[in-house]
Parts: sequence; structure tokens; C-alpha cells
Amino acid sequence: MKPGFHDLVLDAQSCFRAAMEAMARPGRVQEIPPTEGLPNGLEPAAAALLLTLVDADTPLWTDAGEEARGWIAFHCGAPLVRPGEAGFALVTGALPPLSRFRDGSDEAPQDGATVIVQVQDLVPGEGWRLSGPGIETKHRLRVNGLPEGFVASWEARRGTFPRGMDLFLCSGTRLAAMPRTVRIEESV
Amino acid sequence: MSAAVQEAGGYNFAYLDEATKRMIRRAILKGLAIPGHQIPFGAREMPLPYGWGTGGIQLTASILGPRDRLKVIDQGADDTTNAVSIRRFFQRVAGVEVTTRTAEATVIQTRHRIPERHLTEGQVLVFQVPMPEPLFRLEPRLTEARRLHALGDYSLAQLRLYEDIARQGETGSSYNHPVMVNGRYLMSPSPIPGYDNPKLHRSAAILLFGAGREKKIYAVPPWTEVRSLDFDDHPFRPMLAAAPCAFCGSRDSYKDEIVSDDRGGRVFVCSDTDHCRENQS
Repeated sequence: MKPGFHDLVLDAQSCFRAAMEAMARPGRVQEIPPTEGLPNGLEPAAAALLLTLVDADTPLWTDAGEEARGWIAFHCGAPLVRPGEAGFALVTGALPPLSRFRDGSDEAPQDGATVIVQVQDLVPGEGWRLSGPGIETKHRLRVNGLPEGFVASWEARRGTFPRGMDLFLCSGTRLAAMPRTVRIEESV
Repeated sequence: MSAAVQEAGGYNFAYLDEATKRMIRRAILKGLAIPGHQIPFGAREMPLPYGWGTGGIQLTASILGPRDRLKVIDQGADDTTNAVSIRRFFQRVAGVEVTTRTAEATVIQTRHRIPERHLTEGQVLVFQVPMPEPLFRLEPRLTEARRLHALGDYSLAQLRLYEDIARQGETGSSYNHPVMVNGRYLMSPSPIPGYDNPKLHRSAAILLFGAGREKKIYAVPPWTEVRSLDFDDHPFRPMLAAAPCAFCGSRDSYKDEIVSDDRGGRVFVCSDTDHCRENQS
């Protein structure tokens, strides 16, 4: 079995602070210390988020391969379920339509899923213009590797607030968050 | 065993076990994603009673790391019982550096005040909240209050405000005045004075709220719109003592009124002890 965090307590703490900063300031890219020896298909930022946030209390859906699933089962102990039942999702391939994930209810919107997506690249300072809570004026972020039509479906879903799902976009050791409140404008 | 566990004298780093921290951390992230919405969490028993800031302590324990510098205030003061005990607690179980200076702190746990000094991007403000539900005096059933939040129906709160203004000519609450967060959720700012309400609006720091007994966590991300509940023709006006601080002379800081002798003499002094010290130096 490939290893998880070197220091269970302090590595989880520093990863959480990066995740919290990311969620509080949508579109800002945070850096996670590199990890070696991860299972095939899992990258450091996404793996660190799983180790920090996912456990036996959080049903998980993933499209990752057998080795990664075994690693998650061993280190996190999360039950693997279908997308519609998952509190967390890990997407290593193409992002499925957001409607397949849980979006909570108006009374308990926190039941909406947290979707961790491995994308090809995150480039701050260009691309999308993001606005909403956590953003002083505008944050810019280019995300390579999301399906076509993502922005349109995201913007359509925003109308159902407070229901919705929240994304962590991960690439290598870098991550950015997209809470359900964030508004995306595509730049021309 | 983690090095941090050994250093903390047998306790896990920052007292809470890792499973509890994960649960609280998930609640914090959802809180930030849904600004002003109360997230239920499984509050643990802490080595101090409910009402002494167990919600705030659990939040602080879940975010705190060895690189943080912690400040704890109780009504603005660093040197009161509650603040001193909580600061000592984290020195002992997390070995973190502590400070009384607002400018130097990365995490500030507070009971009922927001520091006078402008908070910055690297800072997190953790509020100890006794009653997270802003509707609780108006709708005692939590199930019903949850539905009103879901519907965004805050007419009860508006009505209460109207009655206060009709009877007294002004809003009745000088502290704990409810706010609208991002135009969607009515939120209790915890019992901070109305004077502090405007500091919630578009704050550069992350604001986290924890209620231990009521088992709720909520949050306001930076730069989020936070408006005190009011009417167009009766705008929210925070109260401020007319007298200057007896120590530093400040006119625009929030004051405590203190009895100074046994003949009814009284003076006003800054509630924020660090701010007062800065002014005096």
C-alpha cells in the first residue's frame, strides 16, 4: 500500500488551511507540498484533500482506477457509492454533468456534494472572471480540462442557491475552489 | 505517533481528535460556501462548560497550526478570565505562539467584540456564539426557523424591528443586531455591539462563528456584503459613548463604562485593550 500523509496531524492541518483559503477566496490558487508515491491517476493536491476531509462518515464516488480506490479505502475508509449518494466525489477523468451529484435541499443546502476535480491546468490571472463572496472585485482563473458547456451549466445551477455543489479544482500540487456562490464570466 | 502529539503532553495537537477536526473542517468549508447559513455539527465536550466559548474553541482547534499566532479577547480585552484561560489552553495543547497585538495575530478568537484595528487578509476571526439562531425569540421551533431560512422569509424579524421603532423611535437592540449576509441569510452576529456590525461588511479577514451548546457553525467569507437589518427611512445607527477614553483619549473607539469610586464616579475606557495601548504609546 502506498503511503498517505507523512504526519497525519500537521499535514492535514496545513492542507486544510489551504483548502479553507481556497474556499474563502474563490479562484485563488493555493499550493500543497508535493507528495511522492501516490497511486496511479491520483495527483498530490486531490490526494491531500481526500486525506484531509474524507473519512468513514463521508460516502464517496470516484471514477479513479482500482489502485486509487484501494488507497482511498485504506487511508480514508470512505464507503464508495453512486454519484447521487455521495457527499464527496473525486473526478480524475471527464467531469460528469453536475446534475448527477447531490445538491442538498433548501433547508439543508450543506448536504450538496463537494466535488474534487483533477484538471489539466490552473492558470491564475487570465481566463474566467470570477465574482461573488470572497472576491474583492474580480479574480481571474483559466481552467484547462473542464468539459465544454461547463460555464453555462454552472451559471444555470447558480439560480438554485442555496442548493448546489462546491468544487475543488486540482492540478498537480495546486488547487482552487469554486463554491456554489461564485459567478463565472467567460472572457472573449 | 505524530511529533505534535508528543509535544502536547499526551493530547492530540490542539486537543481535538482528528476525526472531530475533519467533521468541523467540513462544516467550515460548507459554511464558507453558503455564507450565513448555519451548519449543524457534533459539538464535543470540552474541558470547560458550555457558555465559555466551546464553539469558538472547537473552531480554533480545528484550524490552528504550529505556524499560527493566536490572540484571544473577551469583550475586547486580552486580560480577562475567559481570554486568559483559552489562551493558556492552546499554549498547552498546541504549543502555539500567542500575542495580545491584533496586528501580529493570524487567528483571533473573540467573545463579543471585533478588534478596532482593520483586519487583514492573513487573519481569521473566530467568534464564540451563545445563540446562533437570529429568529429564536420570534420563532421558538427550530424546525420552523429552518423553514423560514429556507424560504428566506424574514418578515418576523422585520416586524420586530418595526415594532421597536414604533414604540421607542429606534431599533431596540444595541448589541446582537441581526444582519443579512450576501442578501440571502439572516444571521446573528453573536452579541457584538451594534458599533461592530459595520466591520462585518466586506471584511478582508475570514469570519467563522461557532456555537458549542447549540451545535452550529457558520461563516462569512472575506469581502462579503453584510448589512444590518433596517428600514430605508430608519437606517441602522450604531450607538457610541459620547465621552472620550479616559486612558488614550480616543473618541471613535467602542467604550466600556467603568465605576471609578464609591461616590458614583464613572469613566469611559476603550473596550479594545490592544487598541488603547497602541493609542497611548
